[in-house]
Amino acid sequence: MGLNPFQAAWFTTTLNSMLGWGRKYSVFHYPYVTACCGMEYMSAACAHFDIDRFGFGWTRFTPRQSDLLLVVGTICQKQAPILRTVYEQMCEPKWVIAFGACAVSGGIYDNYAVVQGVDRVIPVDVFIPGCPPRPEMVLDSLVKLQKKIQKTDQDWRWKKKATS
Amino acid sequence: MTRPFRIQQNAREGSLLVNMGPSHPATHGAVRIMLELDGERILNSEIEVGYLHRAFEKTCENRTYFNLLIYTDRLNYVSPLINNHGYALAMEKLLGIDVPERAKLIRVLLSELSRVSDHLTCLAAMAMECGAFTVFLYNMKAREFLWDVIEQTTGARMTTNFIRIGGVRADLHPGFKEATAAGLRETRAVLKDVHGLLDKNKIFLSRTRDVGVMSRENALNWGWTGPALRSTGIAYDVRKAFPFGAYDRFEFEVPVGERGDNFDRYMVRMREMEQSLRIIEQVVPLFERSCPRVAAAGLEPAAAVKASRSRRQEATVKLSPNLEGAERSVQSEILSSDRRYVMPAKEEAYTSIEGLIAHFKYFMTGHGIRPPKGDVYSAVEGGNGELGYYIVSDGTDRPYRLHLRGPCLPLLASLEELIRGRLVADIIPTFGSMNIILGELDR
Amino acid sequence: MEEKSDVLSDLAARVPGAVLETSAPLGDLTIVIRPESLFEVAAALKDGPGGFATLLDLTCVDFPDRPDRFEMVYHFFALSGLRRLRVKLRLPASEPAVASLTPLWKIADWMEREAYDLFGVTFIGHPYLRRLFMNEEFVGHPLRKDYPWRKRQPVIPLRTP
Repeated sequence: MGLNPFQAAWFTTTLNSMLGWGRKYSVFHYPYVTACCGMEYMSAACAHFDIDRFGFGWTRFTPRQSDLLLVVGTICQKQAPILRTVYEQMCEPKWVIAFGACAVSGGIYDNYAVVQGVDRVIPVDVFIPGCPPRPEMVLDSLVKLQKKIQKTDQDWRWKKKATS
Repeated sequence: MTRPFRIQQNAREGSLLVNMGPSHPATHGAVRIMLELDGERILNSEIEVGYLHRAFEKTCENRTYFNLLIYTDRLNYVSPLINNHGYALAMEKLLGIDVPERAKLIRVLLSELSRVSDHLTCLAAMAMECGAFTVFLYNMKAREFLWDVIEQTTGARMTTNFIRIGGVRADLHPGFKEATAAGLRETRAVLKDVHGLLDKNKIFLSRTRDVGVMSRENALNWGWTGPALRSTGIAYDVRKAFPFGAYDRFEFEVPVGERGDNFDRYMVRMREMEQSLRIIEQVVPLFERSCPRVAAAGLEPAAAVKASRSRRQEATVKLSPNLEGAERSVQSEILSSDRRYVMPAKEEAYTSIEGLIAHFKYFMTGHGIRPPKGDVYSAVEGGNGELGYYIVSDGTDRPYRLHLRGPCLPLLASLEELIRGRLVADIIPTFGSMNIILGELDR
Repeated sequence: MEEKSDVLSDLAARVPGAVLETSAPLGDLTIVIRPESLFEVAAALKDGPGGFATLLDLTCVDFPDRPDRFEMVYHFFALSGLRRLRVKLRLPASEPAVASLTPLWKIADWMEREAYDLFGVTFIGHPYLRRLFMNEEFVGHPLRKDYPWRKRQPVIPLRTP
């Protein structure tokens, strides 16, 4: 672009932060609910422990319009290909939260039917332990995800052109 | 290579095969409904389950009777205490032990709170899918108040692991009367609002009236129980038919519907919630005095153990609040007196060798609860119907076979018949009104 | 009790020789029948004086040490009279098969599919005997005692976390 490298860095990092700020405060999530943690997800999403005040209010019931895949509940071997398909249907940038002990590591179920953690199927950004986790833990994890989103290198075209 | 599904094999010329996939947007979990459509009309359907098969029955064969209680919570996860209750009753029938009065009353109180939260969640989801998002938020609000009561008593909002074999884990917390009164007040207010929002709502009525109709004989043939069966007009409630615990002491009605359609299932659940609140109101005054707390004065456990080495320690041992429910003074009221099958009181475990041995043996592999050989079937009224446990014991500390008779299986199995010939949009309220909980169905 | 002996005597009259044992452990009336006579016994229970209009439960228990390895357990329920009845029958280890109850009770469809899936018992006359819980490619029957509890069969290749 003809800019001095030091000026370009300031510009790009600020743009990065702005994009991060925008992305972290408006996250459309897809609640991939299978089991008991769904009840705590419902509690977290409703009036008492609102996730809307963190910017996560819009539940898009389709992965194609979501940024965040909230894997809530146990993932069984039969369900794993569907989870993979849903993850691949999401557009970049996308994040995954493994909600609940079963999604994190299989939880109390170590048997022939359960995948020992969602990270064996898709990459995960934030893990929420608990069986089920309290809604406050869910809110804490959302804040952690927001910090992560802010810190990551936002994927934007200018940078791609410069590096490619 | 997977064999094609029956719906694929029998598909008609020109029809459209659509998947209502295992990732259901309406927080029902993971059920796959394959539809053969002619436009919006359903010609045929096939349901595939098993997406939440968590090997509950196989796991129970590898866990001791005490340990597998945690897995029962996760069966019908919206009313976990009822599952605990059913398991405890089945084991008590097998062991032949009785439960003290106070424990029975606590069990009834918590089961009814669980039942109300189950129905609130079911109707919240059903209404939300029909578009009534307000009802969802209102019901969740009421549920929080009920879960507050459950949390203060049991320590957990949902998966409580509280109703144990021989009694309950601990006594009620000191402020439970106020908390329960607040819960009842909020729930009644919410129910009044929901009645106002949905009962005469033209949209809700046109989506649920005469949709998903099931006749009485057909419902019995399908093995329906619970609110769904009662919506067809048959007044079968396990609490009335085979009274368990302390239910025979309380006055409550069993609401029935007429037509067996979705609206009747909605109304039956609404009325049942009122009856459950009525039971709770009758139970609470029976706890006349507040729950006993361990006396503040007393020896620290380490000091008590040390002192008991020379002679048996008779003074009160001051226990940590985490161990509430394990004090000797409380145990006589909340746990069975049969020492073989319940945990010994903590004072005894700290100060006497017999208590210590009893404590170890309760948890050691190969020891602990070892019922006599035989099998038992025992059922309670779950949120969806007759929740039955069939336990086969071979005399060891683990069940030989534990089978759950889940009330959701007949409901979902009959869905194929209920939606045939109807529109796609009719699946949503029909599915919602049945309250399919996959933890119970897939086990 | 009178009603119970009523049911049993009617059963003995309609399907002679089917009932092998009768007992009532812990108050649950239980009968053990010959496997071949399951359908007639079930039909007699449904139409007879007992009026067992509901098939509550259908399950299987695996006793690998016995020659008759699989014990099928059926629970019937009569709404009139509020009675439950347990019917057991024993099937051999090699090719366990029993008549399907789908013509009598529609719920037997899924319950038998579950027993087939988890134990490998075949139901003769079942319209669509397909696994209910496990995926089609699953090899083995998980609830049998010789199936290891933790033997996983992933459907898709899993990544290392």
